[in-house]
Amino acid sequence: MNWEVIIKWLPRLSEGALLTLELVAIAVVAGLILAIPMGIARASRHWYVRALPYGYIFFFRGTPLLVQLFLVYYGLAQFDAVREGPLWPYLRSPYWCAIITMTLHTAAYIAEILRGAIQAVPQGEIEAARALGMSRAKTMFYIVLPRAARIGLPAYSNEVILMLKASSLASTVTLLELTGMARTIIARTYLPVEIFFAAGMFYLVIAFVLVRGFKLLERWLRVDACQGR
Amino acid sequence: MTLDLYGFGPALLAGTWMTIKLALSALSVGLVLGLLGALAKTSPYKPLQWLGGTYSTIVRGVPELLWVLLIYFGTVSLMSSIGELFGIRGLALSAFAAGTIALGLCFGAYATEVFRGAILAIPKGHREAGMALGMSKPRIFWRLILPQMWRIALPGLGNLFMILMKDTALVSVIGLEEIMRRSQIAVTASKEPFTFFMVAAFIYLGLTIIAMIGMHFLEKRASRGFVRSAS
Repeated sequence: MNWEVIIKWLPRLSEGALLTLELVAIAVVAGLILAIPMGIARASRHWYVRALPYGYIFFFRGTPLLVQLFLVYYGLAQFDAVREGPLWPYLRSPYWCAIITMTLHTAAYIAEILRGAIQAVPQGEIEAARALGMSRAKTMFYIVLPRAARIGLPAYSNEVILMLKASSLASTVTLLELTGMARTIIARTYLPVEIFFAAGMFYLVIAFVLVRGFKLLERWLRVDACQGR
Repeated sequence: MTLDLYGFGPALLAGTWMTIKLALSALSVGLVLGLLGALAKTSPYKPLQWLGGTYSTIVRGVPELLWVLLIYFGTVSLMSSIGELFGIRGLALSAFAAGTIALGLCFGAYATEVFRGAILAIPKGHREAGMALGMSKPRIFWRLILPQMWRIALPGLGNLFMILMKDTALVSVIGLEEIMRRSQIAVTASKEPFTFFMVAAFIYLGLTIIAMIGMHFLEKRASRGFVRSAS
């Protein structure tokens, strides 16, 4: 193992790690915002409300992220309407394509987590809220969602770690995030083992910090106390 | 609008077959690794526990794509030195072998946890009954624990297999001619990226649906004789 090379390229790898963190952070936050209405609709009692989010979730969970990324980055350019449209400056940059795809992808998974969490809220608490004269919308915002957020948080933290790993796919559309940076460095140094090892260590450290962070958040939100155990 | 594949239909079909082969061979590697990992993690020996724990933690913390790249590009010098030992020049892992090992490694790390849960879920009394009958430890595992484990582990393994099947797309990065690689080739010829990547997406969806149906039957078969509680 050639440690000098690893140390020499550490600053460049940190740059890549920063971009990885940026991609993941934007994707999981934007994905969460997108997933909230979708999860609520998915948990609806009416089939016509459920159908659309169901199809969306089925498509995004049933196909590889790589296909989705290529569909957005290479595929959209097939249509003249897109190329002449106002969004073209965004849709042609790999950065925005990666963010859009990762957001749409993770939103499907988070919506499914949220559906499970909403359906796990005890029926009695909803009935209690309704008996107190709260409207359906009020019950949703003050009782069901805060409760579902705590039930779904552990699964959400898993999803964030999965997105951290999935962000490595952004390197296939020429983005220089951690994996992309590692591949660029290897093209110059011809030392795949050392550089990939270093990149792997970066991922491990980031994952470790994220897991710790979510543990703290769970304690702060008193997730354990809410599980009725 | 009719779907025009520009004569790339058979190539895509061949790619689908390659994806299936890759998924199944990675599955068999992963199942063995997962079983070994779970055995190590539940064994009474501290070093073995540590080994199993380290394996599943490290492999799960690093992206699958990085494993694919690391095993494909990282073993070049190792393999050529092994080749020299036996007098074979230019020995290297093929993209298929590298993909099988990398995806099997990742599957195994997650399967370790699934199998460990299944082993722990089997009542202690069964093991003690085996010991009282004078069965040896490997025999107890083979005859008592393993057959009962499947039923508990199956739903988890099914989920992992579906993840594995989607991860096979990553092996296109090192040039294996599976669905994604074949679609990319078709795209360069036809200049219709959306059409071909959408076709690829629907092939993956179809494979996922087939796997779901297969899992349903396997689970039904594995839970013969168990009454599901009415809820």
